[in-house]
Amino acid sequence: MAPTTGGPAPHHLRTRALAVETNQLVKTYPGGVKALDGMELAVESGIVFGLLGPNGAGKSTTVKILTTLARPDAGTAAVAGHDVLRHPGRVRAAIGVVAQKSGADPVATGRENLLLQRRLYGLRGAACARRADELLARFDLADAGNRPVKGYSGGMCHRLDVALGLVHRPEVLFLDEPTTGLDPEARAAMWEEIARLAGEDGLTIVLTTHYLEEADRLAERIAIVDRGRVVVEGTPDELKGELRGDAVHLELSEAVADGAEPPLRDALTALPGVHEVAVDGRRVSARADDGAAAVPTLLTALERAGAAVATATVARPSLDDVYLRYAGRSFDEAEAAAEAPVPAGAAGGVR
Amino acid sequence: MSATLTQTWYMTQRQLMAYWRQPVFLLINLIQPVIWLFLFGSLFRKITDLGGFGTGSYLDYLVPGIVVMSALSSNMWAGMGTLEEIERGTLNRFLTTPVSRGALMNGNVVSQGITTAVQSVIIVALGKLGGADYPGGITGLALLIVASTLLGTVFGALSNALGMLVRERESIIGINTFLLLPLTFLSEAFMTPSLMPGWMRHIADFNPVNWALVAGRSAMAEDPDWADVATRGGALLALALAAVWLSTRTFRSYQRSV
Ligand SMILES: Nc1ncnc2c1ncn2[C@@H]1O[C@H](COP(=O)(O)OP(=O)(O)O)[C@@H](O)[C@H]1O
Ligand SMILES: [Mg+2]
Repeated sequence: MAPTTGGPAPHHLRTRALAVETNQLVKTYPGGVKALDGMELAVESGIVFGLLGPNGAGKSTTVKILTTLARPDAGTAAVAGHDVLRHPGRVRAAIGVVAQKSGADPVATGRENLLLQRRLYGLRGAACARRADELLARFDLADAGNRPVKGYSGGMCHRLDVALGLVHRPEVLFLDEPTTGLDPEARAAMWEEIARLAGEDGLTIVLTTHYLEEADRLAERIAIVDRGRVVVEGTPDELKGELRGDAVHLELSEAVADGAEPPLRDALTALPGVHEVAVDGRRVSARADDGAAAVPTLLTALERAGAAVATATVARPSLDDVYLRYAGRSFDEAEAAAEAPVPAGAAGGVR
Repeated sequence: MSATLTQTWYMTQRQLMAYWRQPVFLLINLIQPVIWLFLFGSLFRKITDLGGFGTGSYLDYLVPGIVVMSALSSNMWAGMGTLEEIERGTLNRFLTTPVSRGALMNGNVVSQGITTAVQSVIIVALGKLGGADYPGGITGLALLIVASTLLGTVFGALSNALGMLVRERESIIGINTFLLLPLTFLSEAFMTPSLMPGWMRHIADFNPVNWALVAGRSAMAEDPDWADVATRGGALLALALAAVWLSTRTFRSYQRSV
């Protein structure tokens, strides 16, 4: 199956029950920031679905709409078979949400936080307490369960947040950037936990992340989002397979003169087994059917053009390359662009 | 409906618990009235010699003043808590659960009301310990506490609305510091109206803080003026309902801005 670019999911996907389905979601925040610009998603039940994109791509906004927090300006969305606008109550009962900031009550204990959360879904009494204990044990918080949350470490807070999202055994669990800000050890632990959750019967997980590695590792299917829309969707392997061959990056000892870039690019593209050549100052990158074999050919060609090569690297295709290919800019560039303008009135800044 | 009530209680409980577990707040809200009682009580002790206070002991006059001023000053900060819950993500977490939206708002109102009532009772008791006399008896005291709680509701709800709207600590701090003293001193909290300049008395007529004082003091008198209690109490109740309505509207607009 080939990855699909934008557009609705292929028809054969729709025959299976969809846990999440969105149709042309548009959302503009006051101040004119277009956070979503035709977001199309179709997530099958029972899988881990990754929403991958740089900061500001619209991941959290999508999650907010799917979890009934925000309303789209246009478009429709259904979660667990319920329309988010027409039946928000049904959606809320079916979902668990672990937001970037889940805000467990710091003066309450971990267990009290869980008990309250469970009660909000309508369960009381002994069953409530049992579920809280079960989750505390499972998330390695049994000892800390009766201590106020304000004394928890970052990793413990994160685990409690996930536990809060699971307290009522949801059908669809939303994890918004579950490992952002975690140290490597806590991140590894969280990855393990998500992998474990993925094995649970029928649970669908929608995970957003701006870590390529995280999406690659955890998600069965990935939608790459950029500027409020899906640019490509597929399994990690499909996405990487779509790229022809290895990435070859060369660094020249001197920048190529502006006017010399196009002829150099044409000369390199003409080489057998070399495609998608880009020349940008000192950087030359290309795709090659066989990276190792292409390097000597490229070096010779560059030498002939009078450009000396300082370093050469060959890499197997990564999601970063996929992103570059479909979004037309590198992940780092997109992140930098997102950080530059801070729109006025962006959600409650802490000073 | 009963689900909303139950959930309102969960939310109230949660807020009260947070309050009890942060002794700093308890301390501020109890020590401060004691300091005021002591300071104002000593400073103005001889003022009753001028007459018009309806009592020879300034403490008798002062207790309702401190009760009302404390209700005002503690509720004015309610917006800070709401702001913190928004920033921490707590409010959004609740909004993604099936909890009734009304319960989230009501929980704030009820827990603030309970806190204000308890604070008022404690100040009245402290006054009694200090030798204050309450000729209106238990009915008068109960009505004073109702009036201070209603006033607290007005300013608590407005502060919450402000917190949700501006989402800036500085604005809440600025407005509170700016308003507390004028609102208090443009009322008969510490001074009998017959000794106030005429223009101040006129302004005081429109000051909700003064409504709470007039209602409370009238009810606490030996021979209460029930008309005063009813008009000022009724105005306070109407204002409290309006403020709660406004903060509910603001809550809706918050939900749209997420
Ligand atoms: N409450 C808000 N008010 C105004 N702008 C917002 C708000 N939330 C997000 N945005 C803007 O919308 C865009 C998408 O944001 P978001 O969905 O949070 O991206 P992501 O989660 O992918 O980093 C960004 O430009 C962001 O600044
Ligand atoms: Mg985000």
